[in-house]
Amino acid sequence: MLRRRVIPCLDVADRRVVKGTRFVDLVDEGDPPELAERYAREGADELVFLDITAASERRGTLLDIVERTARRAFIPLTVGGGVRTVDEMRRVLRAGADKVSLNTAAVAEPGLIAACAERFGRQAVVVAIDTRATGPAAWEVVVQGGRRPTGLDALAWARRAVDLGAGELLVTSIDRDGTGAGFDTALLRAISASVEVPVIASGGAAGPADFVAAVRDGGADAVLAASIFHRRTYAIGDVKAAMAAAGLPVRLVPQAVA
Amino acid sequence: MSGRPLVAVVDYGAGNLVSIHQALTTVGADVRIAEAPMDLAGVDAVVVPGVGAAAPAMVRLDGQGLTGPIAAWLAADRPFLGICLGLQLLFEGSDEDDAVTFGTLPGRTVRLVDAPTLPHIGWNQVERSRAHPIFDGIEDAADYYFVHSYAGALPGAAADGADDIVLARTTHGRSFVSAVARGSMVGVQFHPERSGPDGLRLLANFVELVRAA
Repeated sequence: MLRRRVIPCLDVADRRVVKGTRFVDLVDEGDPPELAERYAREGADELVFLDITAASERRGTLLDIVERTARRAFIPLTVGGGVRTVDEMRRVLRAGADKVSLNTAAVAEPGLIAACAERFGRQAVVVAIDTRATGPAAWEVVVQGGRRPTGLDALAWARRAVDLGAGELLVTSIDRDGTGAGFDTALLRAISASVEVPVIASGGAAGPADFVAAVRDGGADAVLAASIFHRRTYAIGDVKAAMAAAGLPVRLVPQAVA
Repeated sequence: MSGRPLVAVVDYGAGNLVSIHQALTTVGADVRIAEAPMDLAGVDAVVVPGVGAAAPAMVRLDGQGLTGPIAAWLAADRPFLGICLGLQLLFEGSDEDDAVTFGTLPGRTVRLVDAPTLPHIGWNQVERSRAHPIFDGIEDAADYYFVHSYAGALPGAAADGADDIVLARTTHGRSFVSAVARGSMVGVQFHPERSGPDGLRLLANFVELVRAA
């Protein structure tokens, strides 16, 4: 049976893993490849790197971090942040990533999703959707790291992204991000019910019960979190144990050599 | 053979080769990235990795002059490992884009049936149909990482295991063939290079088979 995935997210800025609240007030959390290897050992099912300064800074350092990570952690790696062209995606994959996550650039030029899916297969194309609630059961897409509203309806954009070639959706609630208020399960449910591809939940995890809720109530296939793992509030094994106890299929953590 | 066998990893496109290169190196092989027929000279085994669709892959392999040498390698029953698309290319053709593929194995690559989500992405159990040294030291129904929407479908008797091609099956919606072997050829639908310790163990077993060949 297909396992529900637990995915630590490493927000990378200036060679370091950082984490903020609602995408600001960044705090240094460590060396990317070192953290990645630790998470792989502790049972992470995948890793996501988000280059949160990529839009405005140089990108060469990210490729180096991706390659060093791919050589140490034998689990899948997704890289997002600032990829704007098919050729940039090619370089990130060649450096050792398995998937690329498109966000701002895909909203600006939806054809990029189709072009990347055609070149590398849709399984390599994750579309990240950052959302902000605008009313009951209504969410708007925001871009540029949560700074710019787009007026796009999140559900409509999710369906369009999948039609264009997205193989997975990474759905973040900016309202919840870094707050520990729990995932927005209504948002997750609305999106996962309207697309065939896997949905990754993001934004708001405080503890294992939130992961269970994202899957059981939100219909998410995978759950992503940052702060609670970086700060060792909970280990990946704690989260998986809670998910297993709730009857969700998870890959049990191999005997950790931690 | 003693020492480190030389394994060619076929590069026919844009995907991630870092993981498979590093994983094979970690488990005791020397790796040569093969982009042209001359790169296959003197190697002990050939690995064809890859994700994505069959037709563009066959076009690129053709363009690099590699389809003939790979077909000859398979016909000679020399050590071979196909991973994901590298396994799918061993069948006769693909329903995804009507590509004509190597035809080493009977049957076609078909879309997963009744799958609750597509692509099938994530860790899933590989349940063995028969014993094979590629799974030595690995528990039955161990989890491996999958990323695909299509899988090889063997016709009639072969699908039932009558000719022993099927090594393992996995369920997503309905059950599909997730590992095959015939002679010195092994194919897996999952990604051992992205499947943690059990993935490295499978690749170590492959390298051991190459050494023994």
